[in-house]
Amino acid sequence: MSDTLLRVDGVTQRFGHGEHATLALDDVSLEVRRGETLGLVGESGSGKSTLARAILLMRRPSSGRIEFDGGDVSRLRGSALRTHRRRVQMVFQDPNDSLDPRFTVARSIAEPLVAAGMGSAARRARVVESLHQVGLPGDAAGRFPHEFSGGQRQRIAIARAMAAKPEFVVLDEPTSALDVSVQAQVLNLLVRLQEETGVTYLFITHNLAVVHHVAHRVAVMRNGRVVEEGTGEQVMTRPQDAYTRELLESMPVLYRT
Amino acid sequence: MDRDVDALHVEGLSIAYGGAAPSVQDVSLRVGPGEIVGVIGESGSGKSSIALAMMGLLPDSATVTASRLDVAGTDMQGATERDWSGLRGARASMVFQEPMSALNPCMRIGAQIAEVLRIHGIADKRQARARALEILHLVRMPDAERRLGYYPHQLSGGQRQRVVIAIAVAAGPTLLVADEPTTALDVTVQAQILELLRTLRDETGMGVLFISHDLGVIGQLCERVAVMYRGRIVETGRAERVLADPQHPYTRALLESIPRPSVPVRSPLAVIPVDNDFVEAPAVLEEVR
Repeated sequence: MSDTLLRVDGVTQRFGHGEHATLALDDVSLEVRRGETLGLVGESGSGKSTLARAILLMRRPSSGRIEFDGGDVSRLRGSALRTHRRRVQMVFQDPNDSLDPRFTVARSIAEPLVAAGMGSAARRARVVESLHQVGLPGDAAGRFPHEFSGGQRQRIAIARAMAAKPEFVVLDEPTSALDVSVQAQVLNLLVRLQEETGVTYLFITHNLAVVHHVAHRVAVMRNGRVVEEGTGEQVMTRPQDAYTRELLESMPVLYRT
Repeated sequence: MDRDVDALHVEGLSIAYGGAAPSVQDVSLRVGPGEIVGVIGESGSGKSSIALAMMGLLPDSATVTASRLDVAGTDMQGATERDWSGLRGARASMVFQEPMSALNPCMRIGAQIAEVLRIHGIADKRQARARALEILHLVRMPDAERRLGYYPHQLSGGQRQRVVIAIAVAAGPTLLVADEPTTALDVTVQAQILELLRTLRDETGMGVLFISHDLGVIGQLCERVAVMYRGRIVETGRAERVLADPQHPYTRALLESIPRPSVPVRSPLAVIPVDNDFVEAPAVLEEVR
């Protein structure tokens, strides 16, 4: 078993044609090791969410390869693609993006399990187990998203992402819409889940302090390129790239000390 | 503008919506001339209700009581909507989080600034364009002359917030209330807008009431800070002191819940319990003047 779970190799994403074309991703390469958290930091328009979509195979890149667990997945189709998708999940900034307001919590969490072909009794058990894993009571299963606070809804979205026991989870600004005290709970939860399950995270955020806290390694993106990569400690204290330094200097002093 | 008058002085402010329990209770705040005072709190702490009350913008269902309510040097106790509309945009103005909700999407920004200038009798139709340009320069809008002819959607988020601030300061207010004005912006743009607010304060001497959920931003900009928790002020003091040495248990917990390089990597962050007794702890009010 290779140490590298995900390898992004020279991925370019072009939108539009000819002189109106924009390069959303410009020859991006990075690796995420099994069981680690790679923090991906960037401002609006840096390409971090486009990269997430490419990794999740929601959009085929214009060129480059995406390897998962040693195999090229960027050309997968049909049942091979569906099999791959079960191994990779996503948590969005707004939990409402993955929770249908008309579905019970149980139905939302069970959706990836249905896709994985799990039987109904096993599904019910797994839903309750997932809720407990994220610190919610089992009876939350029969309720609807609107009955929960924003922080609880994000827990439910995390339970849904973790239900099918994925190997890799993309977290796209999972705490950006939350109060800091709720953010603390969700970050604690994500760290604990990783320690318990060994899941690998790509943690996308605009917040360097958050990424420094949760990530083993950090990559900084700007204008579709990865401009810096290193441990959180290296990036925060010895930034090599001019843009990373600008980003750090823009942060309120409180988050730099 | 009168530089000797407090930008804001309220005492014993309480706000209740309908018959519900008050969402703001017994709040006292003072913003001296040229001072930037921060109000920090999480969702539901009552901070935005205070901001709206200072501008007379609360819905009719809200009941406001105060033993003192001086806004921009004017006693606004029992003020009518007519009194408030004479104050708003002139001696007291407000900047919100989302610039697009404050701007007219179908109107060029030069015309939007000029409209404010005419309404407040600062410039007539002929002078308005020149004065609008001056104000865009004041808020450091790059390439200001050309941007007068732009529509809001042609500007970046930071530039839009500059326009909103330009409109807010056009009439030279004594008080500027800013409610999360940088929350929707990238961190590099946020730093620029904070710098702009500080510069404008230095140049005009206006007082600023700055509302935010972000302790870091408050520490960066404000001289003094009031910490709100469940409708009450639990701690006030110099921003530097409150951030470095918080005294109230809620302020302490809030600070410890923030990921920072000084907190060991991947260690559990402090969690603020939902049913705690912070409300029981006495408020820590530091008299600084």
